[in-house]
Amino acid sequence: MRISTFFYTLKQGIINIFRNKWYSLASIATIGACLVMFGIFYSIVMNFQYMVKGAQENVAVTVFFEEGTSEERIQEIGSLIQARAEVSNIRYISDQEAWDSFKDDYLGEYADGFPEDDNPLEGMSNYEVYLNDVSMQKNLVTYIESIEDVREVRKSELTANALTDVNGLISLVSIGIIVILLAVSIFLISNTVTIGISVRKEEISIMKYIGATDFFVRSPFVIEGILIGLVGSFLPLVLLYFIYNNVIDFLRDKFSVLSNMLQFLTVQEIFATLIPVSIIIGVGIGFLGSFVTVRKHIRV
Amino acid sequence: MITLENVSKSYSMGAPALNDVSLHIEAGEFVFIVGDSGSGKSTFIKLLLRELLPTSGTITVNGQDVAKLTRKAIPKFRRNLGVVFQDFRLLKDRNVYENVAFAQRIVQTPSKQIKKNVPSILSTVGLAGKYKARPKQLSGGEQQRVALARALVNNPPILLADEPTGNLDPKNSWEIMKLFEEINAKGTTVVVVTHNREIVNAMKKRVITMNKGVIVSDEKEGTYIDEN
Repeated sequence: MRISTFFYTLKQGIINIFRNKWYSLASIATIGACLVMFGIFYSIVMNFQYMVKGAQENVAVTVFFEEGTSEERIQEIGSLIQARAEVSNIRYISDQEAWDSFKDDYLGEYADGFPEDDNPLEGMSNYEVYLNDVSMQKNLVTYIESIEDVREVRKSELTANALTDVNGLISLVSIGIIVILLAVSIFLISNTVTIGISVRKEEISIMKYIGATDFFVRSPFVIEGILIGLVGSFLPLVLLYFIYNNVIDFLRDKFSVLSNMLQFLTVQEIFATLIPVSIIIGVGIGFLGSFVTVRKHIRV
Repeated sequence: MITLENVSKSYSMGAPALNDVSLHIEAGEFVFIVGDSGSGKSTFIKLLLRELLPTSGTITVNGQDVAKLTRKAIPKFRRNLGVVFQDFRLLKDRNVYENVAFAQRIVQTPSKQIKKNVPSILSTVGLAGKYKARPKQLSGGEQQRVALARALVNNPPILLADEPTGNLDPKNSWEIMKLFEEINAKGTTVVVVTHNREIVNAMKKRVITMNKGVIVSDEKEGTYIDEN
């Protein structure tokens, strides 16, 4: 395609948008609404996944040893566990560290009542084993339980599993809503382009008599759809950019008790993916809606 | 240049619009196709433009069998045919220059070339001074000249005109016909479908008369024969 033809086609596409400005606005608004919803659900899902990941990182398997197990044997057991692929990190907690931590967490000033050389948690030295993926916990526990001198393996999969389930549900609902909105957007763009075609029917028939190719006749309408999609994808991005931080601040403020759990991604982290994905979806809807309609209505 | 061999065209209902028509038009000829309404003249033009396909028979234009053209080949084929209609079919929202340039853009002529060609063809049809005017600011005759300029700007070897004087007064009709004659003199094959008895009789060109889908006469320097 010549550069002059490209600019001519682009100009005609823009003219089409202004010719049917109300339908164009409706299409832009629908794509915008679709992508705002997409952005909101995307932000929710990504933040939830982020939190689940954080929670999973804190889910540890605790390994206790038989009474009288030697330091060398404990180290050996540590090496065996560390060698497993599902293990991300392993930490040895001596019985003194366990008692100190218990005192700090639960006893506070009342700990002074205990004699200094008295450790009620003697023989409770353990390994805290952190996993790469909490779903692998069962396998790992079975393995550790089979190691000689391991007395008990404690696991806490409930929280992480519940978070994973909720995350899956939110993802599914989001996909459902987004698919419906995409279908509505394609339908509206298709209507806008159909009206554009009917308004320009005479021009199209003249083009055909003069010898315009299918590509030349169709291009302005496809450009129109793509531009509508592009504009429709920018507006929600701008909107989301401004509301994201406010919503995060509001949530942090309102649920400060859960500050350990509520870890949010920054707007930059969200937008690094959201910008290209929104533009691709917007342009994709515009292209698809117009291309299919134009193919249906213009037989050269 | 244009050959029809035993061409028939039937629509779903009624008698055939063309019935076993055979004719040959040489390159550089000037031919009038005349006949009453329903004689098959418009079907003839539509078949040449490959807007319709014949029910039977063969149509060859510029050496190409029209029925065998693929969908992709049709635009290129049509670029060899300049077309002028009774109702001008100009783009109302564009000025004279843009209406003519439009035909060049379609065939992807470079912008520089368009800027040369359009004024040149507008001066050929006598509209050099009106290139900025919109169609509604022009008379019928002027609008038809714009349509003619658009049909000719890509230098097609064949010019098809479907009732080109149908909406014009006698003076403008004659001026358009003179332009056709000038174009023909430069080597373009001109096929004019018309009702205009006065012009046909005066111009002494080949006249093919049709009636109810068949050719009833084909004369070298013919006249308009009234079949009724």
